[in-house]
Amino acid sequence: MIPSVLILDITLMALLVVVAVSIVRMRSLFAIVMLQGVYSLVSAAWFVSLDAVDVAFTEAAVGAGVSTILMLSAMLLADRESKPIEMRRQVGPLMVVIVTGIALFYAIPDMPAFGDANSPANAYVGMDYIDRTTDEIHIPNVVTAVLASYRGFDTFGEVVVIFAAGLGVLLLLGLNGNAGKWRARPNGVSVCSTALPSAQDAIGESVASLANKRKTEQAAAEAAKDAGSPS
Amino acid sequence: MNPHVILRVVAKFLIPLIAVFAFYVQFHGDYGPGGGFQAGVILAAAVILYALIFGLDAAKKAVPPSAVRVGMSLGVLLYGGTGVVTWLLGANYLEYGVLASDPADGQHYGILTVELGVLFSVASVMVAIFYAFGSRQPDLSDEDW
Repeated sequence: MIPSVLILDITLMALLVVVAVSIVRMRSLFAIVMLQGVYSLVSAAWFVSLDAVDVAFTEAAVGAGVSTILMLSAMLLADRESKPIEMRRQVGPLMVVIVTGIALFYAIPDMPAFGDANSPANAYVGMDYIDRTTDEIHIPNVVTAVLASYRGFDTFGEVVVIFAAGLGVLLLLGLNGNAGKWRARPNGVSVCSTALPSAQDAIGESVASLANKRKTEQAAAEAAKDAGSPS
Repeated sequence: MNPHVILRVVAKFLIPLIAVFAFYVQFHGDYGPGGGFQAGVILAAAVILYALIFGLDAAKKAVPPSAVRVGMSLGVLLYGGTGVVTWLLGANYLEYGVLASDPADGQHYGILTVELGVLFSVASVMVAIFYAFGSRQPDLSDEDW
């Protein structure tokens, strides 16, 4: 009798492989970004099945939510389709992936079993935290006690890293996306901005008018072609 | 007739629930899975969902960029400030035991404040990055996707 958790795990892993393979084979960046969101969501479900609910929360909110949106915003500044890469340039990366994969599979037997109480992560300091949390902090969730109290410095460092990341993005882009001048060529239409916030509306108009101009030019060219070629 | 009427109705119902769930994850972190980081990203996801459905300008009215900027720094200050307070009370940096007469209570207060700092910082930074990227291009019509 196969345990139902195993069936669930295998199903989720198979889904992850299917999504990953389709991401590799896709050319439309929009579809790729969406599939990456799906990948994160399936991973989150898998983390729940591994009893890592905290990680699942984060994966669902950051991986499937926030980062998908950020990838979409980045995609809008680039072309919508990725160009296929010629075969001989794919050989090197393929070799790296195969060698790394073999190394990882080779290392699997040395990993402690899932939930092994004698594994290094659980045996030494982890055991100590579990023993002391009830007496010293009186809260049931050991993870919170470790993160916020025993390892408070680490968590402070993480918060500062997140703050620094936000600060960096704000310094480069500005909260309204207008720190300094910038240029982009989404779909071959060149867009640029001045530092003024009031220029934002003008950009919208210029994009629309440029797109319209391109369409009319194309239509005119086609019309000229049709007229020029007697059928 | 707005083509996104179903999206809007469902989102109006869901966004408050997502926000409340974020606070549940935050304040229930002592007893169940969760904590400041998880709550922060869930709260930010609620704001971003609002911006996706109702537009960036509406979101900026609800959560002004200036508040986001203040929230980012407030979170780090709250966390670091807790450490400074324990310093001033004569203990090591971030040694919460001295925050109350009973060390276990002190740990409780310390963890609560610190997690609140994490919530402020994480939620604000996520929304700030979204605002920064989202403001860079004009709104697209549905066909342009």
